[in-house]
Amino acid sequence: MIRIFIALYQRDLRLAGRIGGGASMGVVFFLILVTITPFAIGPDLNLLARIGPAILWIAALLATLLGLDRLFQADQEDGSLDLLHMSDAPLELVVTAKCLAHWTATCLPLVLAAPLFGLMLALEGEALAGLSATLLAGTPALTFLGAIGAALTASLRRGGLLMAILILPLAIPVLIFGVSAASSAGMATTPFLPPFLILIALSLASMALAPFAAAAALRSLAE
Amino acid sequence: MSAVLTVQNMTLVRGGRTLVRGLNFEVRSGDALLLTGANGAGKSTLLRAIAGLFTPASGAISISGDDIEDDENPALQAHYVGHSDALKGALSARENLDFWAAALKRRGGLHPLQALAAVNLAHVADLPVGWLSAGQRRRTALARLFVAERPLWLLDEPTTALDAASQARLAQSMAAHRAKGGMIIAATHAPIGLEDAAELRLGAPS
Repeated sequence: MIRIFIALYQRDLRLAGRIGGGASMGVVFFLILVTITPFAIGPDLNLLARIGPAILWIAALLATLLGLDRLFQADQEDGSLDLLHMSDAPLELVVTAKCLAHWTATCLPLVLAAPLFGLMLALEGEALAGLSATLLAGTPALTFLGAIGAALTASLRRGGLLMAILILPLAIPVLIFGVSAASSAGMATTPFLPPFLILIALSLASMALAPFAAAAALRSLAE
Repeated sequence: MSAVLTVQNMTLVRGGRTLVRGLNFEVRSGDALLLTGANGAGKSTLLRAIAGLFTPASGAISISGDDIEDDENPALQAHYVGHSDALKGALSARENLDFWAAALKRRGGLHPLQALAAVNLAHVADLPVGWLSAGQRRRTALARLFVAERPLWLLDEPTTALDAASQARLAQSMAAHRAKGGMIIAATHAPIGLEDAAELRLGAPS
């Protein structure tokens, strides 16, 4: 079972790298969102620094959704999902491996790029560190929650939008605690730790529960 | 190895239509079963049901044998080659087979390169599958049968897009698999080299 897990993780990472989507595409999309915001708001550095964490979090949320609709759809279309049903590994494990690969290929580059993009929004030292920490802690929740939507829409041709509609409401708590932790990292007025710990709890809970929901959705495809 | 697949009282309903009602059959080691019937008669659905990919309205599928545990899920003893090839176009033929070997292998199996040689594709092992022709992709999918040893082969129109030489090679592979005690259930319209096999004709849908 561990062998399948590792093989699937490696295969998905390799696919993400080869199809030219994955990492670079997400980061470029992230960059574009961050770049156009100051044009919309105007060059007020104080305002930008105050809403910077929120902008970066929203951009990260949208960039995570990129490609998430193909998470199971690609395997469903080419028949790979059928064969994964016929392997030793339970579907929950398959879902977990695919989510971790998606997180590594799409979200990890966002976390690494976030400090750089934060500079463009006039964030400073501690705020940048806080932002990276919250993205690192919070993006797994986005990926795993997204997997539920991806599994539900796996058999739909144009399921991307429906998936976003299903998932975005579920992502609201992650966004609230992610942004409040990231904002308080730069300012001394509110504590950083409580929202950050809740964010970690949200990530851990979705990593533990979402694979079961997504696997149930994938099983129902076989009826 | 000696094994037997038993299908009891199987009823398949798809989209409100009853395709198969109260079907019983048995396939033993070395046997092959040909599923024939008009388009829409339920051949593919029956294969998918045996592979555990379609839930029958009623009935039981079981497999038993020397080195098969009791209550074993038949899907874990089966290979399924369906209409889609389950290959990733961006990965090479070898990488695809490496992955399926890791995912499906339970006992023995050939090395992916040997399996590709068995379908005469060793020369394109490192090409992305997206570059291969439909027939070559089909042969890569069939090479999956060799990288993981499983006693039951479920083949849905396996000769689609294959040239005459590849069809002959597939017929040889199927004969060798049966000689080793394997079982084959194939849905087909064309003769595929299983002329001595029992035939199960699926009737007109009701």
